[in-house]
Amino acid sequence: MARTVIPLLILQSFLLAIAFGSNEVEEEFSESLLLKPLPDRKVLAHFHFENRAPPSNSHGRHHHLFPKAISQLVQKFRVKEMELSFTQGRWNHEHWGGSDTLSSMNAKPVGVELWAVFDVPRSEVDTSWKNLTHALSGLFCASINFLESSTSYAAPTWGFGRSSDKLRYGSLPREAVCTENLTPWLKLLPCRDKDGISALMNRPSVYRGFYHSQRLHLSMVDSGMLLEQSLTVVLQPDTVYDGKDLQPSWSLSSLFGRKVVGKCVLAKSSNVYLQMEGLAHPEAHTLLKNEEFELSIKPDRTLRETSSVLFIFDIDKSSDSEPFDLSLTWKLPSKWSCQQAPLHASRFLMGSGNERGAIAILLKATESQDKLSGKDITNGGHCRVKANVFQIFPWYVKVYYHTLQIFVDQQQNTSSEVLKKINVSPSADKMSSGMMEMMLELPCEVKSVAISIEYDKGFLHIDEYPPDANQGFDIPSALISFPDHHASLDFKEELSTLPLLSKFKDKSLVRSYTEVLLVPLTTPDFSMPYNVITITCTVFALYFGSLLNALRRRIGEEERFLKSKGKKTGGLKQLLSRFTAKIRGRPVESPSSEPTAAAQSSVLSSKLLFKIILVAGVAAAWQYFSTDK
Amino acid sequence: MTKDDGEMVEEQKKKPCRFWIWALSSVLFRLILISYAGNLNLSSRPEVSTPLTSIRRLAEGYWLKQASMSPYAGSMYHGSPLLLSLLGPLTVQRLVAETSSNDLKLCFNLVEFKKEDTLDVSGSKGNQVTSFADILSAILLRGIGKKLQMAYGLNARLLGLLKSPRDKGILPCGDIAALVYLWNPFTIVCCVGLSTSPIENLAVILALNGAVTRRVPLAAFGLVMATHLSLYPAILTIPVIFLLGYGLDAPPLKLFLQTRNVESGNRSSTSSASKQAKSKPTAQLPFLWKTVVHFVFWALVWSLCVMVLCRLSLSKHGGLEEMFKRTYGFILSIEDLSPNIGVFWYFFAEVFDFFRNFFLIVFHVNILFMLLPLAIRLKHRPCFLAFIYLAISSLLKSYPSVGDSALYLSLWALFVNELADMKFSFFLFCGYLGVSLLSPVMHNLWIWRGTGNANFYFGNAIGYACFQIVFVVESVSAMLNHDRALKKCNPNHQKVKN
Repeated sequence: MARTVIPLLILQSFLLAIAFGSNEVEEEFSESLLLKPLPDRKVLAHFHFENRAPPSNSHGRHHHLFPKAISQLVQKFRVKEMELSFTQGRWNHEHWGGSDTLSSMNAKPVGVELWAVFDVPRSEVDTSWKNLTHALSGLFCASINFLESSTSYAAPTWGFGRSSDKLRYGSLPREAVCTENLTPWLKLLPCRDKDGISALMNRPSVYRGFYHSQRLHLSMVDSGMLLEQSLTVVLQPDTVYDGKDLQPSWSLSSLFGRKVVGKCVLAKSSNVYLQMEGLAHPEAHTLLKNEEFELSIKPDRTLRETSSVLFIFDIDKSSDSEPFDLSLTWKLPSKWSCQQAPLHASRFLMGSGNERGAIAILLKATESQDKLSGKDITNGGHCRVKANVFQIFPWYVKVYYHTLQIFVDQQQNTSSEVLKKINVSPSADKMSSGMMEMMLELPCEVKSVAISIEYDKGFLHIDEYPPDANQGFDIPSALISFPDHHASLDFKEELSTLPLLSKFKDKSLVRSYTEVLLVPLTTPDFSMPYNVITITCTVFALYFGSLLNALRRRIGEEERFLKSKGKKTGGLKQLLSRFTAKIRGRPVESPSSEPTAAAQSSVLSSKLLFKIILVAGVAAAWQYFSTDK
Repeated sequence: MTKDDGEMVEEQKKKPCRFWIWALSSVLFRLILISYAGNLNLSSRPEVSTPLTSIRRLAEGYWLKQASMSPYAGSMYHGSPLLLSLLGPLTVQRLVAETSSNDLKLCFNLVEFKKEDTLDVSGSKGNQVTSFADILSAILLRGIGKKLQMAYGLNARLLGLLKSPRDKGILPCGDIAALVYLWNPFTIVCCVGLSTSPIENLAVILALNGAVTRRVPLAAFGLVMATHLSLYPAILTIPVIFLLGYGLDAPPLKLFLQTRNVESGNRSSTSSASKQAKSKPTAQLPFLWKTVVHFVFWALVWSLCVMVLCRLSLSKHGGLEEMFKRTYGFILSIEDLSPNIGVFWYFFAEVFDFFRNFFLIVFHVNILFMLLPLAIRLKHRPCFLAFIYLAISSLLKSYPSVGDSALYLSLWALFVNELADMKFSFFLFCGYLGVSLLSPVMHNLWIWRGTGNANFYFGNAIGYACFQIVFVVESVSAMLNHDRALKKCNPNHQKVKN
């Protein structure tokens, strides 16, 4: 295998050199996998694929490694930066970490989340967004096109952590994420899941996990386009409980059911990392031979960070005969805790019934030791924690912003003390969704902060309910970010060559998403439209008819009419009697009243005739004019 | 004239004490209820607060305005910008720095905390305003009623129906109407529930009072304000013009002419009505064009003022166009489908989108269709015409509330003399009672308990609409019968004389 690969590579690089000239920046692809045991006996696997392409104008429309579909998106919709994530399950901030790079980048809200920054004039941003959602929807086999409607996306100004007026953000909490989304995502990789690290993605084992989030991040950098694809999975290793408090031991083959047999030949670098947190003796000489755990493969390099140790493995050496199957065996019980965000956010609904309620966001102080590291001493010596809250409300949740209340340590607080900045764009019925951005500045010693806001539940037209109307409607996750806190791994050695590590070195905003809320809305009776229409129309016909009748009734005339009728003993009766008389051949009994009756009948008939002619004329005219057109 | 006045004064001397006692006790009753307002939670009842009259939405509009946004941003507030500046400051929550001594169950007590706060603080001041609006409306109603009562007595004497110098048979309809307004549970509920309908009602009553007492600027102001606040009172232009042009309610002119023929003008001209009847032998009542032109002029002046004020208060937020779109447009297009005591919310929640515009037009034109026939038939009774118009508009309104019923029910009480033999009055009373008791029950079953469905509440609304229809139709036919009865009395009278 290796023998065949090397000539191929040489040939390839030769061809590339011919094609693009030797001094041009080439398209690069690298793959890596980070494994990390979690304190709650789970294992996190983070696949990271990075694809770089030089600026598109230098190569025309041809790409060697970079997926053409994505570059077309960029060209067509002028996307400056974009992130799309598909997530199932909820990131456990307490056990899996809240303030490290991994969690702040990869802990995503349930369902689909999409945000994009465009490089178009401000008036065209919305159309670009709409087109982009449709394109992505086709590309990833998901209903991202639901984000097209203006009621489902928002334009955050600063609360999202990225201030740009050309940013659009939308999320679909109910989107079911499964393998049909993963397959098109894998198609963007040069080796798909046939070779290299991505070969580990065995669908049953990936989707068996507690959490999986597949992310696609596209950004335009100075050196061209950068496409990062990452898949984060939290898996539970299969172990038998042995009575001791040992962490479960695992290997790649036990986690994924597959082994790595060689790197993807197109990848520039292909590494596996193992990050161990909370080691008792993080000195280098004790690491490789210790009594805590044992690794099956000797790491190529070891990096130390303030709180963790990173083992780096190259998988170039593995082959069919000698597959790369890293395994970790614990020998001693070990306990550690993850770095937590300064505040742990959760969100819930209050109230009962289907008329109104309140949404509360509860921020609880965590046992975070590095809370002080992010403090801002400039503010008169007071230690302050800043937190941004960004929240989208669908229009059927009609929020009363004037009821916003903030409780700091269970005491109601005047807004100006902690609420430094607030930006609200209220929702318009069936037109746009509401958005709320808040900047809170809290004292460091705060125990809990509760934000509550009241809302009325909307009543929808029957066509606007989904087929499972009684399940309720989802309110997308709120995003809590801490602008003063940045997550980064601080390595002692300088290592910028490895893409994943250089990514980890970059400072990223600490952010956490809250739960998705399920709001049950009242439903009308879906089987009633015809009944309602007919009943209501009947009632109004009753109104119109009876009132008009009351108005045009003239009792005096009616009485006179009745009297005259009484004298005549009824015209119809007389006619009948005349008819019977004629039939019988006898003379009419009351000839005195005959002429008047005849006159009346003739008058009646002439009136009737006139009416008939009128109606016929109108009908004919109508027919004539309508057919004329 | 002097004699009449003397009688009225005498009449009044007996009553006023009792009237004022009742009026004050109604205010006291309101104040007592206000202290329990938090528990009653009336401000969020669908019967009391519609999207147009809800105080919570007004507070939201005020908050948005304070945050230098358009009060119409979002779909919360749909009222007038003037009302916002008037009532808005009262809705601001004063944040009481209350320390919750017990540091437990923080989160689940939030809602209770909040409710108490909002209603305690904003409640007291807002309720003062609504109570004041109520008592003012009642006083104005009393003024209308006194005029109507005088006119009734005068006309009856002119027609010779009333022989005794003191009109004992005439009920003091002003006092009755005012007390009906003050003690109507619907009014009380609206007042305590802090909806803006007492203010809308006040504007309507102001217009009628101005027209009845012939204060033209006042009438124009009331009409313009009422139209500005809730659009539907615009149809009151017709009765107000009739009131100003033809004078107060009177039996049909034909009767006077007949009476005059019989009595051969041997009586001195005593009143304006009789003067009119006498000076013109033709069957045409003089139409006071001058007053009407005066009225139109004032109406234009006031509407210009209102426009300018609105323009000023909305200058940064889209101006008048935005206001018309968000207030009148919202009323006409029935965008909000939250339940109320009308039938349109459910109708438009269920109707197929394709027919939506058709039915919108049909239902709104339904109000307009009836204007002309009613105006032709009842032009001699403009006050009654105004009452019928209000009843019809509250029946066919897009977002009706019980405040509208409170208004037309008290106006109905102005005509107790004429409508004494109205049919089905007990049936209607029971109907209104039943509906107002059942409506909260059905709402609770549907919204809060989830054991009923929307049809329960809609059925209730249909029942309410039916009762209102019967009420309107019966009032009209009772009034027409009354006129007929007068006509019948008159020939008899004539025969006796002969």
